[in-house]
Amino acid sequence: MISDGVEDEEKWLAAGIAGLQQNAFYMHRALDSNNLRDALKYSAQMLSELRTSRLSPHKYYELYMRAFDELRKLEMFFKEETRRGCSIIDLYELVQHAGNILPRLYLLCTVGSVYIKSKEAPAKDVLKDLVEMCRGIQHPVRGLFLRSYLAQVSRDKLPDIGSEYEGDADTVMDAVEFVLQNFTEMNKLWVRMQHQGPAREKEKREKERNELRDLVGKNLHVLGQVEGIDLDLYKDTVLPRVLEQVVNCKDEIAQFYLMDCIIQVFPDEYHLQTLDVLLSACPQLQPSVDIKTVLSQLMERLSNYAASSAEVLPEFLQVEAFSKLSNAIGKVIEAQVDMPTIGVVTLYSSLLTFTLHVHPDRLDYADQVLGACVKKLSGKGKIVDSKATKQIVALLSAPLEKYNDIVTALKLSNYPRVLEYLDNETNKVMATVIIQSVMKNKTCISTDDKVEALFELVKGLIKDLDGTLDDEIDEDDFKEEQNSVARLIQMLYNDDPEEMFKIIGIVRKHILTGGPKRLPFTVPALVFSCLKLVRQLQGQEENPFGDETSTTPKKIFQLLNQTIEALLIVPAPELSLRLYLQCAEAANDCDLEPVAYEFFTQAYILYEEEISDSKAQVTAIHLIIGTLQRMHVFGIENRDTLTHKATGYSAKLLKKPDQCRAVYACSHLFWVDDQENMKDGERVLLCLKRALRIANAAQQMANAARGSTGSVTLFVEILNKYLYFFEKGNPQITVSTIQGLLELITTEMQSDSTSPDPSADAFLASTMRYIQFQKQKGGAVGEKYEAIKA
Amino acid sequence: MVLVLALGDLHVPHRAPDLPAKFKSMLVPGKIQHIICTGNLCIKEVHDYLKTLCPDLHIARGEYDEETRYPETKTLTIGQFKLGVCHGHQVIPWGDLDSLAMLQRQLDVDILVTGHTHQFTAYKHEGGVVINPGSATGAYSSITYDVNPSFVLMDIDALRVVVYVYELIDGEVKVDKIDFKKTTTASHSAH
Repeated sequence: MISDGVEDEEKWLAAGIAGLQQNAFYMHRALDSNNLRDALKYSAQMLSELRTSRLSPHKYYELYMRAFDELRKLEMFFKEETRRGCSIIDLYELVQHAGNILPRLYLLCTVGSVYIKSKEAPAKDVLKDLVEMCRGIQHPVRGLFLRSYLAQVSRDKLPDIGSEYEGDADTVMDAVEFVLQNFTEMNKLWVRMQHQGPAREKEKREKERNELRDLVGKNLHVLGQVEGIDLDLYKDTVLPRVLEQVVNCKDEIAQFYLMDCIIQVFPDEYHLQTLDVLLSACPQLQPSVDIKTVLSQLMERLSNYAASSAEVLPEFLQVEAFSKLSNAIGKVIEAQVDMPTIGVVTLYSSLLTFTLHVHPDRLDYADQVLGACVKKLSGKGKIVDSKATKQIVALLSAPLEKYNDIVTALKLSNYPRVLEYLDNETNKVMATVIIQSVMKNKTCISTDDKVEALFELVKGLIKDLDGTLDDEIDEDDFKEEQNSVARLIQMLYNDDPEEMFKIIGIVRKHILTGGPKRLPFTVPALVFSCLKLVRQLQGQEENPFGDETSTTPKKIFQLLNQTIEALLIVPAPELSLRLYLQCAEAANDCDLEPVAYEFFTQAYILYEEEISDSKAQVTAIHLIIGTLQRMHVFGIENRDTLTHKATGYSAKLLKKPDQCRAVYACSHLFWVDDQENMKDGERVLLCLKRALRIANAAQQMANAARGSTGSVTLFVEILNKYLYFFEKGNPQITVSTIQGLLELITTEMQSDSTSPDPSADAFLASTMRYIQFQKQKGGAVGEKYEAIKA
Repeated sequence: MVLVLALGDLHVPHRAPDLPAKFKSMLVPGKIQHIICTGNLCIKEVHDYLKTLCPDLHIARGEYDEETRYPETKTLTIGQFKLGVCHGHQVIPWGDLDSLAMLQRQLDVDILVTGHTHQFTAYKHEGGVVINPGSATGAYSSITYDVNPSFVLMDIDALRVVVYVYELIDGEVKVDKIDFKKTTTASHSAH
């Protein structure tokens, strides 16, 4: 059925076009031969095609456009006729003899256009006559197109200020009056359209009606271009009359479209000066009108207007634009009880953008908007509509983008209250946005209350909000989030140690609520924040004023101890060990022996009890030896205990080569270059000998297991260590010990059971080159080396 | 002419939020042929960022690296030069030149790049060079006080390498240049 309808329509349109073209053909012939009578006859017949009721507005428009083109030619002809002496008044009479009203009125408008141009009668009289006569067509579609034609042919002939049609009798008032009347009539026709035809086709009809809206809106566009409409005329006549029509038509489609049209067509400064009037119309509109879009458009335009020039800002203050908009929004939301959350949020989001643009200095306004939004959201619980959620993110992002500074947003007391209405997932998104803003703008947050406020905003990332960890979460996303929190911690900083200590306290309080999954990400960042503070305080007298409350390294170390301890529940022994060692070194630098010893003890306990992976042990033991080598704070006893343990751990590593390397590394614990009291050559030699024994054992094991010995790399490494201490002047390392080792290596390499290893060969070769190099160096070193036969 | 970027010890996000903006604006994709990284990035995001600068990325493992598959040491050959990279926490005493020189002999490389101390250094040493590019973010270090962010660019051309060190001092990037020529006689023919 429906497809039939469409086919039929195509047929009717084709027939209409054919009829139109045929009559146009005869009309052209008449025009060519200056036959006025025939021209009128055929043009009337041509225009009769527009009398059809069978076409949809879309098809009707096609037909109308063809007629429109033909009428342009006819208008030219009329113009020439008057030049040839034909009276325009006679012509105006003559066309009224056309039999049917619709062709008659089209012809009348066409001649009317020429009539005004001729200036033989005041424009206002002709216009008034035409707009009145058009009342004769009450069929909505036909009427709309006819009046649209009238608007089209008259738009350049209005008695506007500065126009050639302006005169003593013709004023801009007449132009306005004419357009308003045509607009009113067209709107009535347009609204009435919905009542035509069966109720079941209402939806289709509303769609068609929407297609015709620009015909009605064209009148407002014309008004918008009338030069003579100054603010007074707009305020006193144009806007009230247009709004009267808009409100009274009580039609959703018309109201929405026309409100939007008003906002788009007239200048921003007019809107600003007539805000009261414009806004007071809003609550009077039908409840179903999408008023949020209308108001958002208005606020967006006004925001842009404010941004266009600083000179216009006083106008905004003078008319109290913000409070007016704010009130209007409140009223609209009250009037439209069923407005969905997204509508509410969109409105406040637009208002916030407006106030951020217009009153960037009035943070209280921004806070008011957020507060009002919270009020309207209250009682609705968490927002589930994803579009509304997105809108809230936009709302909360606006102040961040405007001020590029989270510190400003932290002053908005209602900001966190809006966050409350977001679901956990969106809360996280918002927290990420906030952190990104901090990072992008390199904002340093430097007071404890601001840090506290900030953690309130990003708490979605700091802890599990509903007590259970979401298993759904992607591991990479989680990592990224937590790394961003760690980054954020770097931005919380104050030069003043007391203030910094307070900040650290707050950060600690919050991140310790994060649970075992988050702690490995956040604790290290906090630990290094603390260590930076220690570094800053280091060297300062302990309690310079005897003030017990001031921040001291000791206090920070206590905090550090408790903080790293929190990792026990993770567990993260390898990380904890590294952090303890870092702390130990910091305590060393502060000359706090007991503190440093305690940190070492913690690290050792972890090594003994928690780190069992052999590879992890190797790294851990290197870090232990490396750190211990640098410690100068320990007395002989403590140092002995710790070095003894470290060499013990080294000798107990699983793989022989690892054992060997750790043991020779331990030799450095007994010989520290710049410390005279730490040069125990004998124990160095003991370590190196022990390493040599392990290397031998490794060779034998390899031989037993694989039938061939391993490479000589370990021996060459030990040889290098011998050379190192030889050069440093360790009396225990003599030429003969080195000579012995060299011979051992040579023997090993010549042994049949040794598997070839090019990298070991290269290592030995470069070591031999080194010995030659040192020999050639001359001086004390060269002399020392000269004794080595190699 | 080959450009090699050497950097490391970024310690993101534990000790620094990010690379300094000034460095980021200097390091643009397409200019660098190889990256040598001494480790402690510490996270994937930094790894991915380095990859965008240059896909040929060589990383040695630092003790804080999240990625545990980076090797302890790595060697590669660029033109006439053999390069080695190692984080350096394994070489005790930390930052000790003579001990690093032993590693250089062991790896049998002309240029050894190590980190860990967060202190830029470059030593010519018995026919080779030992370079520490420092910390690219100026991260806190227990070894070095007042760390300035720094990295190194090596311009390798035939037997010559020019080492440029970029250091961020009080917000300004300072550049220093060290020239190094490899003598052909020092070429390694161990076999």
